[in-house]
Amino acid sequence: MDDMDNRDAAFPELPPGEDFAFTRGRGDVLLIACGALAREIVALIEANRWRAFDVQCLPAIWHNTPSRIPEAVRRLIRDNKSRYRSIFVLYGDCGTGGLLDKVLAEEGVERIAGPHCYSFLTGNERFDKTAEEDLTTFFLTDYLARHFDKLIWEGLGIAAHPELLPLYFGNYTKLVYLAQTRDPALEAKAREAAARLGLAYEYRFTGYGELGLALTARA
Amino acid sequence: MSGDDELDLRSLNDEELTQQIHDDLYDGLKEEVVEGVNILLGRGWAPYKVLTEALVEGMRIVGIDFRDGILFVPEVLLAANAMKAGMAVLRPLLIETGAPRLGKMVIGTVKGDIHDIGKNLVGMMMEGAGFDVVDLGINNPVEKYLEAIETHKPDILGMSALLTTTMPYMKVVIDTLKEKGMRDDYLVLVGGAPLNEEFAKAIGADAYCRDAAVAVETAKELMARRHNRLAANA
Repeated sequence: MDDMDNRDAAFPELPPGEDFAFTRGRGDVLLIACGALAREIVALIEANRWRAFDVQCLPAIWHNTPSRIPEAVRRLIRDNKSRYRSIFVLYGDCGTGGLLDKVLAEEGVERIAGPHCYSFLTGNERFDKTAEEDLTTFFLTDYLARHFDKLIWEGLGIAAHPELLPLYFGNYTKLVYLAQTRDPALEAKAREAAARLGLAYEYRFTGYGELGLALTARA
Repeated sequence: MSGDDELDLRSLNDEELTQQIHDDLYDGLKEEVVEGVNILLGRGWAPYKVLTEALVEGMRIVGIDFRDGILFVPEVLLAANAMKAGMAVLRPLLIETGAPRLGKMVIGTVKGDIHDIGKNLVGMMMEGAGFDVVDLGINNPVEKYLEAIETHKPDILGMSALLTTTMPYMKVVIDTLKEKGMRDDYLVLVGGAPLNEEFAKAIGADAYCRDAAVAVETAKELMARRHNRLAANA
């Protein structure tokens, strides 16, 4: 699959407004998000000139320690509930094993649908359809392609200890780069990452997928 | 060994050498661990004593520091690799000399999931603790668990999952065991990053094990309780 349906058609990418840049602290809808989505969220806000949103992010590195996410989200909700008209959470379940959903139900706050960002950026239904063939796939998003060296190559200790590579990636056969933007430099990085991990490479353009749709509905 | 500042393991007494093996395991120094194991064997230590006092105890310390956030996954994997190398030396000797066996475990990652780092650590630590371990690998459908149970007749069934989307499959396996009237014949232990106690209870597992060290302790405790129960009913 070289190029997926462009789900951004639902909200055409507008040229960035000269007079519109996202500014934190404005807007009456708070988006609580994973730091790995910050750039994409701001890009969408600016491209669509949405004035409704404010954004607070939690560390992207918590991807590796998801047990920290639910209570941190709860704290942000409680600290901010009285200051915003509404709050929306931009996390999938993200390895919290249902605990994030439990917190959100208790706090009366909704989140974007889907188990993780690979799924909602692709589109949850479409992601499910290829789940079986993607069993041995390692996914990169724009964020992960950009920070591959820091988060994966160095972060998992492979740079210092190449003998760890088969322990982490021995069961994978393919790296799929789920691209949010058309960026040849990032694509080159993703392709190189696949080669370094010894995996086949595939490019799938997703755009912002259901992230864009979810924000459009709340703008 | 070479180099002026390198330690000659042979110059250490038994206690110092055991301590040094703990340190070398902690630092993931595979060759040094193997050398230490061979020296202790050469001094007449029983393979089981080397396994428990040098390797298992060393990994126990690694496990504690992992739980406390002092060590991270890469360091634990390096330590595990070093332990694995030491176990490779000891395994044939343990078979020859015999060692206390605590029970048998069948373990595997569930269907739809290919993550096996945690599962492999549990398998290794269980083996080190005296359990026979049958590792089914990754992506196991319920049929594969049933077949392994039939073939190997384990005491414990261990299931692992890293994904929120695959962890519910553990319930499929447990429910199938119930349907076949086999559930109570086995202890079912589950683990994996997105799991928690509540989930384990909800799907009908005997226990959730947050890491390899907990898995070993839980398995020992539940096996002891099971023996006591069987003895009381006899």
